[in-house]
Amino acid sequence: MTSVDTERSITVTVNGVPREATLPVRRLLSDALRHDLGLTGTHVGCEHGVCGACTVLVDGQPMRSCLVLAVQVDGASVTTVEGLARDDHQGGQVLHPVQETFRECHALQCGFCTPGFLVTIAAGLEARDKAAEITEEEVDEIVGGNLCRCTGYANIKKAVRHAAAAMRPTGADHTGHFGGGDGAW
Amino acid sequence: MTTKLFGEPVRRREDARLIVGRGRYLDDIGAHALAAAFVRSPHAHARITDIDVEGALDVDGLVAIYTYEDLTGPMAEPLPVLIPHPQLHAPRTGYPLANGEVNHVGEPVVMVVATDRYVAEDAAERIVVRYEELPVVVGVDAARSGEHAVHEEIPDNVAARHHQETGDVEAALAASARTLSFTQYIERSACMPLEGKGVHARWDPADASLRVYSSTQASTSVRAAIAAKLELSLEDVEVIAPDVGGGFGVKIVHPWPEELLVPMAAIKLGQEVKWAEDRREHFIGSAHERQQRQEITVGFDDDGRITALDVHAWHDNGAYTPYGIIVPIVTATQLVGPYAIPVYRVVVESVYTNTVIVTPYRGAGRPQGCYAMERTMDRIADLLDLDRAEVRRRNLIQADQFPYDHHLTFQDGRPVIYDSGDYPGLLAKLEALVDWPGIEARRAEAASRGKLLGAGMAMYVEGTGPGPYEGGHVQVLGSGKVLVATGLTSQGQGHETSFAQIVASELGVPIEDVEVTTGDTRRFPYAVGTFASRAAVMSGNAIALAARGVREKALRIAAEVLEASPDDLEIEDGVIGVRGTPGASIPLRTVAVLSNPLRYAFDEAAKQATQFARGSDDSKPPVTPGDAPGLEHRDYYSPIRSTFASGAHAAVVEIDPATWEIDVVSYAVVHDCGNVVNPMIVEGQVHGGVAQGVAGALYERMAYDADGQLQNASFMDFLMPYASEIPDVVIDHQQTPSPLNPLGIKGAGEAGVIPGTAAIASAIEDATGRRIAAMPISPTELYDVMRSPDHERTAAAGRRAGVGA
Repeated sequence: MTSVDTERSITVTVNGVPREATLPVRRLLSDALRHDLGLTGTHVGCEHGVCGACTVLVDGQPMRSCLVLAVQVDGASVTTVEGLARDDHQGGQVLHPVQETFRECHALQCGFCTPGFLVTIAAGLEARDKAAEITEEEVDEIVGGNLCRCTGYANIKKAVRHAAAAMRPTGADHTGHFGGGDGAW
Repeated sequence: MTTKLFGEPVRRREDARLIVGRGRYLDDIGAHALAAAFVRSPHAHARITDIDVEGALDVDGLVAIYTYEDLTGPMAEPLPVLIPHPQLHAPRTGYPLANGEVNHVGEPVVMVVATDRYVAEDAAERIVVRYEELPVVVGVDAARSGEHAVHEEIPDNVAARHHQETGDVEAALAASARTLSFTQYIERSACMPLEGKGVHARWDPADASLRVYSSTQASTSVRAAIAAKLELSLEDVEVIAPDVGGGFGVKIVHPWPEELLVPMAAIKLGQEVKWAEDRREHFIGSAHERQQRQEITVGFDDDGRITALDVHAWHDNGAYTPYGIIVPIVTATQLVGPYAIPVYRVVVESVYTNTVIVTPYRGAGRPQGCYAMERTMDRIADLLDLDRAEVRRRNLIQADQFPYDHHLTFQDGRPVIYDSGDYPGLLAKLEALVDWPGIEARRAEAASRGKLLGAGMAMYVEGTGPGPYEGGHVQVLGSGKVLVATGLTSQGQGHETSFAQIVASELGVPIEDVEVTTGDTRRFPYAVGTFASRAAVMSGNAIALAARGVREKALRIAAEVLEASPDDLEIEDGVIGVRGTPGASIPLRTVAVLSNPLRYAFDEAAKQATQFARGSDDSKPPVTPGDAPGLEHRDYYSPIRSTFASGAHAAVVEIDPATWEIDVVSYAVVHDCGNVVNPMIVEGQVHGGVAQGVAGALYERMAYDADGQLQNASFMDFLMPYASEIPDVVIDHQQTPSPLNPLGIKGAGEAGVIPGTAAIASAIEDATGRRIAAMPISPTELYDVMRSPDHERTAAAGRRAGVGA
């Protein structure tokens, strides 16, 4: 079924690294990331865009990679859960604050939905005024589109609050446990 | 214990890989494997008249097509009845691929193997299966009418008639001052883990061995089933549960057809083959639970004390009974909850329908039993104009009545004897936690805002940690690493952490040195599985016993080296020292080296154990008779019977009379699972269970139409709650340690889900004054209840109206 007519070569910057791939045009972005590029951190929970487990950032915007064709992101920049941490320039990595708070707050159990939550929350926290204290409405809005079957969400919401506190620029008045963020995320 | 981590909220060790995308779930394995896809029945009940694969044959990338005709030997026989029972008089199971007849939508008919999943599905959709449709049976009422039969040779559709009684219930009811009879219903939901099932198989033709990864809750038994069905020697099959994206019961069932067919194809093709279930397949091709019709008659005195209870339930078991009658038995035996019921009779008729099979979903029959018992309590309270908490209090087993024998037989074939508990204590804590006396004030406040507010409560006792056994292996390496293995599997419960805490505490080693492996038959081949809130009880205790064995051996060896009595030794931070004698010490890792007399020095540490390095007693062999080389120990825990955890929940709902939307505004939990290994993990289990309880009460149901088509087989239509639907939960704890096991623990995995439906039904009834006898309930259904002039009103509503008017 695959032929020259139905394939395209694309170039995508994935987690900061330019990647090239020749793919059938019908290949979902989720499958391309997982099976063609070997980035299996992105999970597929429903294949119809409801659960959010497959969420990745396309040019900084959260998208359901099971509802996007890989060829649609030709030329774009994609961030997956594997790309949330940043280099510490000493050969290691610094986790994103929400990765830290997910662990600290027991916001994951089986971990299958976790990558989608982490990516969605990271984008949500990035898009808001980091100096402002996060409200419950903001927390609900950020996590409201992803399904988790294990946690009952309470600890996920707690992790969002703590991550927001950690991301407040130094000097801002906050009482979060993860203070001292430099706001650089 | 020198490293006291037992009972501490230790952060989870598994999270380090999971938060960076380095988990290894089933579909992350086998990047170059062939892919399987299935042609599944579109009909709920039909005969297969023809399978035409011609159209699929020219699909580029097609590798193989299998139908029932291609199955041979044990594979051509029906799938096993995993848990036979004398009262399961008419068990039926399907075949790996349908053999001439299908009994539910989603039953696998043809397996296609191709170069990737896209191609496999291309080929699958070109296969034409012709069917002759048969009459369809959907729902318990249709099944019990016997108008049509699911299986031709079982005309009444009854698979089993499970019956237990503790005395002459007819006489006791006749002698009761009062009796009440009513019928109620509870609907189907499903486990719905975010990761579906999945299987990857790799056959090594050179040494004729098979490695299977399966997203399962029971890897050891999957291994045995594969060996039996594919006629392989057990030692040539290894099964590994990798990271599993949630289970909640559905993955305890095995062997799923795909767990046999994928390895079969891998062997026949000599290539890796993988199948990862998609969401629609999970809805129509796995398992559901919970539908029952319950007819209840209760006798009681004028004070609300129960004198007799008679329950006749019909349980929808779906098309087949691979998991026996575990769910009906659990309903029957756990129904009595924390109450002393003088005479009890229960009959559960398990009936076939043309729907997906019914096997345990978190709670596994307990939510239905709790719903029966707790709604009975509410009705007694309503009739007698008593506080619902007070009626419960009057019927509770008292704290000095343990062990308490219900004279029933549990799902493990053992007596239902409660080991310990304090149910009045639970109730008192719950009333305080939710401010039960303050509900009337909240009702009035809500009314001032135009809202209907009501509260409900429900209590439960949960048999946890059933046998037959689990095992543990603990080994200290010369590096100081402590390897721990148990055969039981994990699906997100944090076993790597809890079991490491147990070993660190028992052995006195830093938790960082402990590595835990679960669910890998290469590491531990004897196990039962993860279900019935049993992992901490069973494997936790087995691992503790194994660690104690290692400790004993380590102290014995160290005592010789340190020329001290083992009784004077202690292990702290991985170092064995003589109590009160600083400096007289030896690291545990050195003891591990010395425990294994060596000829060859393969590294620096090993030099210490070679024949010319260590002083030895020439009169004894290097390995003492009865001893074994290495610092390791394997042990098993096999309980005399289950432990019994308990709890009490209260829900407060607010209902908008304009939309009849039901909002759970408060949810309180008091929970007793004995000694707690990790309170953070236990609270996480409670949170998740409550979410599923609320989901089952208000949102989720399997919407089958009369043709047996599941109308909501997607996350768009099946209302699995998002964060917006789940209330904040307040939790209080009580600990009554189990006297049955060394660690004093009871299970915690399922507790949160059990009382949700009962408590929320009670709260809605309290808010609306209308009898709620069918759950779950949607705003539309509540609207229908409210506008129906004939719908039963509670006595409390009448009293309230009379008083308030």
